[in-house]
Amino acid sequence: MNALRSKHLLGIKDLSSEEIQLIFQTADSFKEVINRPIKKVPSLRDITIANVFFENSTRTRLSFELAEKRLSADVVNFSSSGSSVKKGETLLDTVNNILAMKVDMVVMRHASPGAPHFLAKHIDANVVNAGDGTHEHPTQALLDTYSIYSKYGSVEGKKVAIIGDILHSRVALSNIFALKKLGAEVMVCGPATLLPRYIKSLGVKVSLDVRETLEWCDIANVLRIQLERQQVKYFPSLREYSLYYGINLELLNSLSKPITIMHPGPINRGVELNSDVADSEHAIILEQVENGVAVRMAVLYLLASQHKD
Amino acid sequence: MKQTKQIIDQPLLEVMLDRLCQQLLENHTPFDNTVLLGLQPRGIHLADRIKARLEEITGHNVPLGYLDTTFHRDDFRRRSTPLAASTTKVPFLIEEKKVILIDDVLYTGRTVRAAMDAMITFGRPTTVELLVLVNRKYARHLPVEADYVGRAVNTLDTQRIEVQWKEKGEEDGVWLSNK
Repeated sequence: MNALRSKHLLGIKDLSSEEIQLIFQTADSFKEVINRPIKKVPSLRDITIANVFFENSTRTRLSFELAEKRLSADVVNFSSSGSSVKKGETLLDTVNNILAMKVDMVVMRHASPGAPHFLAKHIDANVVNAGDGTHEHPTQALLDTYSIYSKYGSVEGKKVAIIGDILHSRVALSNIFALKKLGAEVMVCGPATLLPRYIKSLGVKVSLDVRETLEWCDIANVLRIQLERQQVKYFPSLREYSLYYGINLELLNSLSKPITIMHPGPINRGVELNSDVADSEHAIILEQVENGVAVRMAVLYLLASQHKD
Repeated sequence: MKQTKQIIDQPLLEVMLDRLCQQLLENHTPFDNTVLLGLQPRGIHLADRIKARLEEITGHNVPLGYLDTTFHRDDFRRRSTPLAASTTKVPFLIEEKKVILIDDVLYTGRTVRAAMDAMITFGRPTTVELLVLVNRKYARHLPVEADYVGRAVNTLDTQRIEVQWKEKGEEDGVWLSNK
């Protein structure tokens, strides 16, 4: 296989394991490109991409923008703050206006689950989901699994734990889909209030005990506590969360084997991860950031190849 | 019906490789500022052979890199499926170096154009030369010519040149066939 089946990347759920492998192989090539003295190739020279962010983001938007520029695409950025969205303009009107400027691809983040799917039904351009509410964040899952593949040579058979706020996390859902498709075993761990009721139906193990989880896994993907998505208190205090679910070096050193720590960022230092772990040799957090650019280049390259001259 | 004819056999290939190396030695000795770049996917086997022979003769290391042109091609979106890239491995800077690009066949010239584009992402060379085993004459789309040629052949657009290497588990030689 050397092409993606869909013209959009809306979620990991729609991708086959072969398509994920194709993205990984393409990302391998782009990882070499971004380590050259001149980190740019002309593949997307006549493609215009709009980054449409209806929700705050720093690293995802920067990562996409860098990936687009490394591929020589023309880039326009839109964020809802300070825009006509505040005047009541609809999502479709906003995007149609951007498309009228002859945009070929739209990278969109939106607070509402399904917003990119709605958009994909109504516009001709390729749509890439850069996070839709608590639903999916496919490129984050691809870069997370690619980081495991880069470090271990394979994802199959690896034991991966996802620890933290599973309920509010689009990263967790997309990661579970990607890891399962690639043959990894997955365990989720967090306070019972932050684990969705349906979670076992996704074929994952569930634990409420962080030590037990860390002993089980080869890789722990630690998620951020998303205070901004919590309308009610799901746990008594950050201090208590840190006490029961926070990971520090002492805890890691007490395990029977070394494990790899991942985090999609931004880290609440001292809450889900202590600095002595985040900055240690156990963590591959900065590798994840580098891999993010390569993986997004691969996704954009493969989708843009569907635009015929 | 597909017809295939061998136009260069293994002994002749050896003679051609020797001659190409002698020509390089004439222009580049003592090889202290010259690097080789084999073009992926099939030019790298020719480049490997040339490097080995040059090192045998000169007794010095001759730097060799592998260059993939996929992301620099101008026909990227004209194909039914995207091209899969091969590995680029250029473990040196080519700034102010004399570069010898090496490919098995020179046909339309588009690969060489893309290679020059890809190559300058590793620095600005002093000079660039092109070495090919087979030069398909009268087939160029771009004004590209080789400096070192193993064999020039007249071919039709409907014909195909295939260079085979024992490194790939094939029989050394060059074959001409109808597409």
